[in-house]
Amino acid sequence: MTALARRLAGTRLGGLAEHTVGMLLAFLFLAPIAWTLLTSLKPPPEARQPPLPPWPVTGLSLDSYRTLGAFGEGLGHYAWNSTVVTLSTVALSVVVSLFAGYGFSRFRFPLKNLVFVLILSTIMIPFQSILTPIFLILNTLGLQNTLAGLVLVYVTLQLPFSIFMMRNAFDAVPKEIEEAARIDGASSLAMLVRVMLPLVWPGVVTVALFAFLNSWNEFLAALVLMTDQSKYTLPILMTAVRSGRFGAIDWGAVQAGVTVMMIPCLILFLLLQRYYIRGLTAGAVK
Amino acid sequence: MSSISHAAREAVSAAPRRRRRLGRSEWIGLLYVAPAVALVAVFFVAPLVMTAFMSLHNWPLMGEHRFIGFDNYVAAWKDIRFWRAMNFTIYYTLIVTVAIFAVAFPLALFVETPRRFNGFYRTAYFLPVVVGFASASLLWVWLLNVDAGLFSPAAVALGITPKKVNLLADFDLAFWSVIVMVVWKVAGFTMVILMTGLQSIPAELSEAAKIDGAGAFSRFRLITLPMMRRTIALALILSVAGSMLAFDQFYIILAGGPRNQTITAVYWIFSQSFVSFKLGYGAALSMVLLVILVVLSLVQLRLLRNPEGLE
Repeated sequence: MTALARRLAGTRLGGLAEHTVGMLLAFLFLAPIAWTLLTSLKPPPEARQPPLPPWPVTGLSLDSYRTLGAFGEGLGHYAWNSTVVTLSTVALSVVVSLFAGYGFSRFRFPLKNLVFVLILSTIMIPFQSILTPIFLILNTLGLQNTLAGLVLVYVTLQLPFSIFMMRNAFDAVPKEIEEAARIDGASSLAMLVRVMLPLVWPGVVTVALFAFLNSWNEFLAALVLMTDQSKYTLPILMTAVRSGRFGAIDWGAVQAGVTVMMIPCLILFLLLQRYYIRGLTAGAVK
Repeated sequence: MSSISHAAREAVSAAPRRRRRLGRSEWIGLLYVAPAVALVAVFFVAPLVMTAFMSLHNWPLMGEHRFIGFDNYVAAWKDIRFWRAMNFTIYYTLIVTVAIFAVAFPLALFVETPRRFNGFYRTAYFLPVVVGFASASLLWVWLLNVDAGLFSPAAVALGITPKKVNLLADFDLAFWSVIVMVVWKVAGFTMVILMTGLQSIPAELSEAAKIDGAGAFSRFRLITLPMMRRTIALALILSVAGSMLAFDQFYIILAGGPRNQTITAVYWIFSQSFVSFKLGYGAALSMVLLVILVVLSLVQLRLLRNPEGLE
């Protein structure tokens, strides 16, 4: 408190210098994002020029987005792929880790701690090193080049973090709450849904947010597993666009694609910032 | 098993109902964790075992695979390009980790000092973290482009260079461009981790040191750094593990160039497995990378587990 008071009473000049530095840094971190956004709104001939000034000078245009519509099966198709994969990963990660967190927190069964530690320790093993067999297993299951296959892989990659989050969330709920409900004769599933779910809701939001960002942005697994062009997710499509696989590189279109990929992440983060930081610090404190 | 429980049931007359219910609750518990266990078994444990198995085989994409013992590992040992990729990955990891800390630590100290607009500053510095690596790479490959990008034309316009310089054509320029991009994207993440460490330092401690006449630098060295050892170790693990597996930015921005000098370990494994389709050989390289990473994590976890300097 005294430190705060002293700082508030500190010299106005020092404060101004600090804010100048703070604002300059904020500009450096935000400028690339703003630059992309503005360039995606330029008419294509202007978007081919160096972005100086960054804002459109010959009027606003959505032509870069329209150009993307002509690549492969169109931007909408690939945005839909990404959306289906991401939302399915979010839903499945939440359900699976909700059940598992509840099971690990509230039940006793043989080898429980060993299984829990085993699931958590998979985080140490890079998934990049087991992609080939994953590819073969998806083939065996008849899930090659399906969005469902990609979803199952993404959910598995999310599990260590998600289960860790959810078990902690359940552990934080006092046992007395369930005992009161158990006297009312509720089954364990009814208890989970009606009594526990509202209490562990913040954990669910954190799990969902991380699942969303990670699956929406994932690149290598999608690149390896989705070889059929109609199954590409947005990052794979845009890499193909930028490498000129759909004709000469159109930088306006690339930046339009980058904007489409960035916006959902930025909006979700700004809305749910609290839950993101909670997820990071949960890992950091433990 | 059943005879034991039967005996127990007979021995304790009041037990039967309790014991049966316990068994049922065990089954319910197992049922709740079953989906997670099944997913990890099919998409993590099985692929892991298969990687080890495949690494002992000559395994083309089509046709029969053939057991060849440790030949793949012998080949990996002699694979100059793999070790060059590994060397580059380690070089990149060292430089980028130092660069991230050099930026993130001052940022964390800056946003932890009470001040107006700190919420805005934190959010602004953190925002690039939620942009994916692929998006960030596609953004920067444009900024770095020699003709349509920002940096080369801006340098000419400001009179810094007489002619446009292609930042992606020279190893050092390309390498440092990627470092700048990664620091831009990741520094906010490390900043938040370090902030949690700073918040856990009791304010009285540095107040007391201040009264004893310790300057800002010695307070940082003698109180902040030792108190934050665990947090620093964690941020270090995350940064090192992430950088050792770097792929997206080198694939998208540089495509391994100039002259294949920026091919990382994962990139080399990717091209052996999925471009040349030498699946068995790729699996052997994967095992080598995997062992290196697990050993690295275990070493760093020991660092993390040691007690805090001042306690």
